[in-house]
Amino acid sequence: MVDPSVVDSVAALARLDLDPAQRERLISDLGKILAHIEMLDRVDTTDVPITSHPLDATDVDAADEPIASLPVAEGLRNAPDREGDLFRVPPVLGGDG
Amino acid sequence: MSSVDALHRESAVDLARACAAGERSARSIADAFLARAASVEPGLDAFLELDAARVRAQADAIDARRDRGETLGPLAGVPVAIKDLIAERDAPLTCGSRILENYVSPYDAHVIERLRAADAVLFGRTNLDEFAMGSTTETSAFKVTKNPWDPARFPGGSSGGSAVAVAARMAPLALGTETGGSIRQPASLCGVYGLKTTYGRVSRYGAAAYASSLDQIGPFATSAADLALLLGVIAGRDTRDSTSADEPVPDYAASLGQGVEGLRIGVPREFFGDGVDPEVRATVERAIETLRGLGAETRDVSLPHTEYGIPVYYLVATSEASSNLARYDGVHYTTRADAPDLEHLYTRSRGDGFGLEVKKRIMLGTFALSAGYYDAYYKKAQQVRTLIRRDFDAAFADVDVLVGPVAPAPAAPLGAVVDDALAMYMMDVLTVTANLAGICALSCPAGFTEGRLPIGVQLLAPPFAEPTLLRTAAAFEAATDYSREEPIA
Amino acid sequence: MSAWETIIGLEVHVQLDTATKLFCRCAYEYGGQPNTQTCPVCLALPGALPVLNREALRLGIRTALAVGADVATHTKFDRKNYFYPDLPKGYQISQFDEPFCSGGAITIEFKDGSTKRIGITRIHLEEDAGKSTHRDTGGSVVDLNRCGVPLLEIVSEPDMRSPEEAYRYLTALKLTLRYIGVSDCDMEKGSLRCDANVSVRPRGQEAFGTKVEIKNLNSFRNVQRALEFEVARHTAALEHGSEEIVQQTRLFDATTGETRPMRSKEQAHDYRYFPEPDVPPVTIAGDEVEAIGATLPELPRAKVDRLATAHGLPRYDGWVLAEEPSVADYFEEAVAADAANDPKAVSNWVTNEVKRVLNEGTHTIDAFPIPSGALSGLIAMQRDGAVSATQAKEVFQGMLETGDDAPTVAKARGLEQLSDTDALETAVRAAIDACPKAVADVRAGKEKAKGAIVGHVMKQTRGKANPGVVQQLIDRVLAE
Repeated sequence: MVDPSVVDSVAALARLDLDPAQRERLISDLGKILAHIEMLDRVDTTDVPITSHPLDATDVDAADEPIASLPVAEGLRNAPDREGDLFRVPPVLGGDG
Repeated sequence: MSSVDALHRESAVDLARACAAGERSARSIADAFLARAASVEPGLDAFLELDAARVRAQADAIDARRDRGETLGPLAGVPVAIKDLIAERDAPLTCGSRILENYVSPYDAHVIERLRAADAVLFGRTNLDEFAMGSTTETSAFKVTKNPWDPARFPGGSSGGSAVAVAARMAPLALGTETGGSIRQPASLCGVYGLKTTYGRVSRYGAAAYASSLDQIGPFATSAADLALLLGVIAGRDTRDSTSADEPVPDYAASLGQGVEGLRIGVPREFFGDGVDPEVRATVERAIETLRGLGAETRDVSLPHTEYGIPVYYLVATSEASSNLARYDGVHYTTRADAPDLEHLYTRSRGDGFGLEVKKRIMLGTFALSAGYYDAYYKKAQQVRTLIRRDFDAAFADVDVLVGPVAPAPAAPLGAVVDDALAMYMMDVLTVTANLAGICALSCPAGFTEGRLPIGVQLLAPPFAEPTLLRTAAAFEAATDYSREEPIA
Repeated sequence: MSAWETIIGLEVHVQLDTATKLFCRCAYEYGGQPNTQTCPVCLALPGALPVLNREALRLGIRTALAVGADVATHTKFDRKNYFYPDLPKGYQISQFDEPFCSGGAITIEFKDGSTKRIGITRIHLEEDAGKSTHRDTGGSVVDLNRCGVPLLEIVSEPDMRSPEEAYRYLTALKLTLRYIGVSDCDMEKGSLRCDANVSVRPRGQEAFGTKVEIKNLNSFRNVQRALEFEVARHTAALEHGSEEIVQQTRLFDATTGETRPMRSKEQAHDYRYFPEPDVPPVTIAGDEVEAIGATLPELPRAKVDRLATAHGLPRYDGWVLAEEPSVADYFEEAVAADAANDPKAVSNWVTNEVKRVLNEGTHTIDAFPIPSGALSGLIAMQRDGAVSATQAKEVFQGMLETGDDAPTVAKARGLEQLSDTDALETAVRAAIDACPKAVADVRAGKEKAKGAIVGHVMKQTRGKANPGVVQQLIDRVLAE
């Protein structure tokens, strides 16, 4: 079990609606997973650097030369709502951009 | 062997050669595999989409080019099934998720460009766990793929559709992706070859990201030679992927006949723990004996941090995933739920669009990165990851290749693990460490259970030592006959 | 001295002048048709990956060197996670704990010539977001052209003690950035943006007061106005307890000159920074930094120092000339063209007449119709008395219109000044004859009366007589 309020605040942070059954499942499952993860506490990681990339820096970088952009019709072909060639979204709750 | 009925049993190497030589048309090859798929796919559900017209159009175009006298590429006329996580221009790209149910990709992944340039025929979109999050192909939002050796069992995952397409000979080759075992494990459970390439070996450009520092695209095939053929086409540097390695691509086919005489094989004792099924253990031990009989030297080695692989993997992968999947927000191209305001647009589109397993992983990753927990979870995991890497570095100082099981157990019945929070994750215990370390690893058919379920043996090698894996697999293949057996389907 | 002390820090974002975006190869131009400058990467399509534009990093290093900052040998990118429609990935690629540059300073200069060093905490690279536009009918529309454009975020130390210092810091920073050619810094196009942090504390107190962040500042003047408003608000709160100052973000309204709190509908942001796994860490070699340093131009303050010492100019003139390096170059070329000209006179011409024309917008300094040598020629004519000050301005206008040199224009328009003593003496004698009263007054000691005689000479010569020469002649003839 994790604290249900943690599940709620993380769901809010991740912008995920959870139905009541899913919420219960996640409270239980995340609890089990986090309990399993506690085994990492046994590992001494003093002065161990992190590995955020599996290989050493490859330093790929690109020349600052333009490549043709995607045709606008292609870029917007999957848009769920649009106004002309702009993406359209409903207002922010309570106004203010 | 030349009858059309048996064409789907031919190797990719033979098909490509015959097509390039004009002995077979790409169209006749495509029709043979479409016919095979029409007969076996209904019981297996390997494909999310297989558009016969699109397949035939590609085959006809290849034939037209040959008729004009053009020299065809190394995969001339060879069907290659594509995991539906890899973008193909003008084809659906669902990632097994409702949130991309109607999405059509406006561009090709790098590997797709390579396949087109090699004159391969892109052969349908294969099923997968939603966003590759799963080990059984049951978390797909659309269908459950069945194991061709026993349709009551799962095929493994997440690249289950690709593994089944190849195992059931609906395509001679397929592409999958790996984050924690998603190629090797279904390959093992379906009795085919599957290769997790070295991180950086194959461009990830165009493969929807699950966990960027772990993901790699890799091939499925029914022989080491076919695996080498496809690998040679997709491997190599791509300047659109910053993590693509500037490393020469060797002639993989040339490594196939080198044998294993004098090869130093390490047997990591942590890969044979209590959790490993006795039949799996016996099969892998027999495989090691076979390799020794072929002249390889074996020795015991230790990868002491193996047991931490699962917690490290699930923290690293989900942390990255929580960020990688933020783009599926209902705003620019994903399915949008009705909502009066932007906040509800996000929470409903994502709430309706993602399945439970995906939500679980996004939640875990969001939690691991959130204020106050980062050091204890994300950072700690990335530190232990360093130790896992060092384990492999130390082991590879003494041996050329490591051998062990792929999955702790053979394929289980559908539904047996997918609902258990930890049981499904534990299936990846022997595969995730290779992803965390960025090394290459391969699953090769090594036998069957008494109930005729395939068991694979895993070969692991240092970064960019794919030739060592292929050479070992080819020697083992030549000495055994497991890979020539066909599923009942 | 006020009992209160104001503490101001500024965060400046500048768009870098690269040909392509920071992590994809889309070109970006302000004002393009919506969503025409986008690709799978900046649209965040599934599978697309970022690749660093090294040129953006080079421009960043150039900036670091220009402000005397330390360039890191190793840097990395991080993801800053938040949801917003103008951010299609759901995260911004930025730099969190290992920016490519730290330290450095901008020195600001006051009217009295005194200076103050404003420290720079750090400079990092990040990608810009797209642009959301509100619709009065409800909702917003999103254009992703700007999404992914390289930005430098330049964070100052809280070293400024007044809104005026903030204004001077921004002006000096912008001038430096324009000198080194990393950005056009055009606030109207959004290529320079500024957020301000301000707090007020009792003088002598060590702890900072409650900090307020101000956004929506679209000009340097408005930065100053917004800060003035906030300082007054904080001071009133501290003096009279008129309100409680809370830590918050406020928006500036340029029409009212006031700030108001931004409505926040979310729990506090938790950006969940973590190392960007798609972009490996970057190493910066010492010789790369050195090579970039070798291409830095003379920077504004150094130029002003040199203009002041080498040419004896007041610093004010130096700053006016140095606003545009090419104007300063023009000035120096004009001075060099004729060593007999007084540099201050040349400066007056450039800072007044030349800059007036440039400000009208029809001419640029690079294609100015009057070459620096020709301006020098005009100044020499004035110096030698060949034209009067008024005539010189007319000649200047003629040179501007025709592109001809000063003597040609003066001749064509009959604007030569009569300085020839022999020719003028006749006119002076005639004037003395014609103005007996004035002559009597001058002789009685009324110097001013001389003006009437000069006026008479001018009338006879249709304004062409050199007043100085005429004065001397009057004195001489009257002394006979």
